[in-house]
Amino acid sequence: MPDGAAPVLEVRGLKTVFRTRGGEMHAANSVSFHLNRGEVLGVGGESGSGKSVTMMSLIGLLPSPPAEIRDGAVLLGERDLLKIPPDELCHVRGAKVGFVFQDPMTSLNPVFTVGMQIMEPLREHMGMTKAQAEARAVELLELVGIPDARSRLKSYPHQFSGGMRQRVMIAIALACDPDVLIADEPTTALDVTIQAQIMELVKELRQKLGMAIIWITHDLGVIAAVADRVMVMYGGQVVEHGPVKEIFADPRHPYTRALLKTIPSIAGAREARLQVIEGQPPILSAAPTACPFRARCAHAMAVCEAENPARRAVDGAPLGHGHDVACHWTPPAREGAGHA
Amino acid sequence: MRDSLSMPLVQVEDLKMHFPIYTGVFRRHTGNVKAVDGVSFTIQAGETLGLVGESGCGKSTVGRAILRLYEPTAGRVVIGGDDIATLDAETLRKKRPAMQMVFQDPQASLNPRMTLSAIISEPMVEHTAMTAEERQARVFELMDAVGLNRRFANRYPHEFSGGQRQRIGIARALALNPKFIVCDEPIAALDVSIQAQVVNLLEDLQDKFGLTYLFISHDLSMVRHIADRVAVMYLGRIAELSPRDALYDRPLHPYAEALLSAVNEPDPNRARRERIILKGDVPSPANPPKGCAFCTRCPKVMEICRVTRPELAEVQPGRFVACHLYTPAAGSTGATEVPEHYQQGETT
Repeated sequence: MPDGAAPVLEVRGLKTVFRTRGGEMHAANSVSFHLNRGEVLGVGGESGSGKSVTMMSLIGLLPSPPAEIRDGAVLLGERDLLKIPPDELCHVRGAKVGFVFQDPMTSLNPVFTVGMQIMEPLREHMGMTKAQAEARAVELLELVGIPDARSRLKSYPHQFSGGMRQRVMIAIALACDPDVLIADEPTTALDVTIQAQIMELVKELRQKLGMAIIWITHDLGVIAAVADRVMVMYGGQVVEHGPVKEIFADPRHPYTRALLKTIPSIAGAREARLQVIEGQPPILSAAPTACPFRARCAHAMAVCEAENPARRAVDGAPLGHGHDVACHWTPPAREGAGHA
Repeated sequence: MRDSLSMPLVQVEDLKMHFPIYTGVFRRHTGNVKAVDGVSFTIQAGETLGLVGESGCGKSTVGRAILRLYEPTAGRVVIGGDDIATLDAETLRKKRPAMQMVFQDPQASLNPRMTLSAIISEPMVEHTAMTAEERQARVFELMDAVGLNRRFANRYPHEFSGGQRQRIGIARALALNPKFIVCDEPIAALDVSIQAQVVNLLEDLQDKFGLTYLFISHDLSMVRHIADRVAVMYLGRIAELSPRDALYDRPLHPYAEALLSAVNEPDPNRARRERIILKGDVPSPANPPKGCAFCTRCPKVMEICRVTRPELAEVQPGRFVACHLYTPAAGSTGATEVPEHYQQGETT
């Protein structure tokens, strides 16, 4: 919402390519979005849609080579993260932006205790003494709901269950009170009942700490449950973006529409046959001059091949602040749609 | 309802699969992981039984023990009249063509050094006397059936996408005209837009060839789509076994209820409903709790649950639940719904 307050994070026209032996892969193309204080932005898409690459580009987590950020700006407060020197970026990563990865087992170091791993950013970025850091670490573990926190500081990652490890990861990401938390498929490796616990925890933390969260997931069900706004990515581009209720009630992009129909429901009428999206996701080796979804799209037209559609607002709000879609096709008006 | 008098194609009785734990310098046998601990169910010909549960609940082990990819510790598995669990090696081998498996990870279950055609024809080389030409013809037939282009016959698995690889795995499973296929998380490794393609394929093949499926999955909404009846497993045992619609309309076992409540639906209004959030983690199958396996996390736990293990019993026609809420002895909330014939369930 354009309410005057500056967004915590703003990304403009981010373009990331991978240089490989087979040529260049256009992994993220002109990705633009902003993130307001205290909101959850859900980023959805299949594997290879560019959602993780985009987020890792923001804070310089992609190895270069092969990755190369061609263009764009990433504004965190006043500063452009793509232009600051590496040691400052390192500080931003630890203190301003927290990252939670999909697999807590591979992102925690198995040979150090959990306590040491939580205290590391505190001592590195906040200049705390050992005693201060330890006190804060206990506080953090309690915050993420790990019982008996003080004694668990001495445990190693393998002594925790999957759900508990993800709680530890969240505690580390939160250690320095970041402005932005980027969670990349944080619940994908977990069982449904544990997933429900972690989602509940993140909702709670967001209310308590008021930080902004980017939640990356392929699971539209998770997005429906946690996000305020949704950004759907396909073939390295943002294809649709808008408030969560709008996106699920009135999706405009043929990909979003088809994707929602392929998921069987758990209640209500049971579909006799699942709708499918024929074909495969695109390989991003061609320069993005055409719509990435055209080959699988039921509404593809000649213009889709000739011109990659730009995002356009569908509800009159300024681009990026309301519902927008990158598509040449206009869906027929829905009867009974509750729009003003 | 299906004809209940006809003999079920698959009958599993009190199946147990315990894996020994060896510890210490002398590798002494100090305990067992009771991955599957007394599971019984039947599957009618042409039916799909969904088997759901969280990781570590033993659902994949059930699938493998049924096909005797593991040697079951105890129990009977009758498929088409023969007890698979006790067959000798040669008879078992003759029986193999009738029962096949589709694995979760098509990357790991296809030999990277074999061409697609070699992979699909290998079962025919092993089990039939078909000539090379006959096999090739059959390979093409199968590729058509699962929607793979015949031009791909001489390519290698790495040249295919995940969804296509799963089609190869399915074609291989179909090669010998099986009656019964265990699908062990066949869509878990696939992207959402590809999952629907594979599930539709499995359904088409079932109609066409009259297949019977055991569909193992943790995806409750997909199981609702494909299964006729659903068994919910927890810590090596079946918590509830019910017809699909009955289960999803109103789960009886508190674990089934919590599991369904945890599913995220792609609908913001429903996804933000009140949920049952279970506390804690699944206990270790090496050291399950005394009494009911779910008693450590159950929101409706009673005294008796921590002492006596509930048996799976038929509490409504066709619905089997292992929970003290539904046994008259407990005399509490659920007791009113218990019909006279509750004792017809397994007692082991």
